Amino acid sequence: MGSREKLPPTVTLAVTRYRPEEESEPTLQTYEAPYRKDWVVLDALNYIKDKVDGSLSFRWSCRMGVCGSCGMMVNGEPKLTCAAFLSDYLPGPIRVEPLQFFPIVRDLVVDMTDFLHKLKKVKPWVVREEERPLSEGEYRQTPEQLDIYKQFSMCINCMLCYAACPIYGLEPGFVGPAAIALAQRYNLDSRDIGAQERLDILSGKDGIWECTFVGECTKVCPKNVDPAGAIQQYKLTGAAHWFKSVLLPWGRK
Amino acid sequence: MSAEAHYTRYHPQWYRRRVSVWWWLQSWRYTKFVLRELTSVFVAFFAVITLWQLRALVDGPQAYTQFVRGLKSSPLVAVHGVAFLFVLFHSISWFHLAPKAMVMRLRGKRVPDWVIVGLNYFAWLIASGTIAWLLLRG
Repeated sequence: MGSREKLPPTVTLAVTRYRPEEESEPTLQTYEAPYRKDWVVLDALNYIKDKVDGSLSFRWSCRMGVCGSCGMMVNGEPKLTCAAFLSDYLPGPIRVEPLQFFPIVRDLVVDMTDFLHKLKKVKPWVVREEERPLSEGEYRQTPEQLDIYKQFSMCINCMLCYAACPIYGLEPGFVGPAAIALAQRYNLDSRDIGAQERLDILSGKDGIWECTFVGECTKVCPKNVDPAGAIQQYKLTGAAHWFKSVLLPWGRK
Repeated sequence: MSAEAHYTRYHPQWYRRRVSVWWWLQSWRYTKFVLRELTSVFVAFFAVITLWQLRALVDGPQAYTQFVRGLKSSPLVAVHGVAFLFVLFHSISWFHLAPKAMVMRLRGKRVPDWVIVGLNYFAWLIASGTIAWLLLRG
């Protein structure tokens, strides 16, 4: 092929630096990292931290798209940096910034308290009236029952969907894509009875009706969870429920 | 929040970026979304025109002729052209978004997205065909 000679020896990364003890606003700092065909942006960041500038801060853990820690804006798009190959961004420079719409703690690290708080609000667990004793065995589910919610259960809480959602940027109170998709994951679970509680929370202020279906959350999701779909389906349920409670005398409960 | 806020060791100063009013120009995908939202204005425009037309029809043949003559003025024809393009964009983009909101299951299997999109186009074709037949048969 002879392409080996054509590969650039290095690639330039323009990385956000924010050191709150030194500066009041983030700045971009450029670094050179070796270019390797099989390197991802996270490899280049780790190289920089290891060999060039140990003060660069960023989050990462598994390097295989499972932990959801390494989400950053790569050339303006929310990406898991462990899955963003340098070769897709040639010739560079590659702009690496913290996830947008979140407060920056330092360099590429954002604060995720808001997301964790919202996640908890939607009760992302199986709600039951009464737990069955262990002796009665497990709660069984058919493959069809699993299939109904499985897609939404693939969420790894990487928050890329929040960084893609302009509504979250403009209305920070919005519960947001991942939390609603996870609420829907439990609503659709045959073992769960918490749908009404979640609907009460999510049909109120800052819930599903804030969403205007930009659809970007689904496009950036690394796990094909389709939060936009989850929210639109939730809206249908919410609207049907509202009509029932208003129009039918026995619908109010 | 004041500019003089100081960094202290255990209470770091977070940086919050304000979202610009021009966020929707940041990427073509956001711009397309805003355009899609704007299409509803043109859908409303057609609805108002239709109501106006109905009123003219109720007011008698003379009023209706006058209404139709008004429609033929070139600025209004141009506006209609633009509105038509936006309404077309509106219909097509919503047809393609429909499978996201509508999950249909047949014998336990999710109906593929293209079938739902196809059904929307099919219904559109039938409705347009019926209207065309009603208008043109005479």
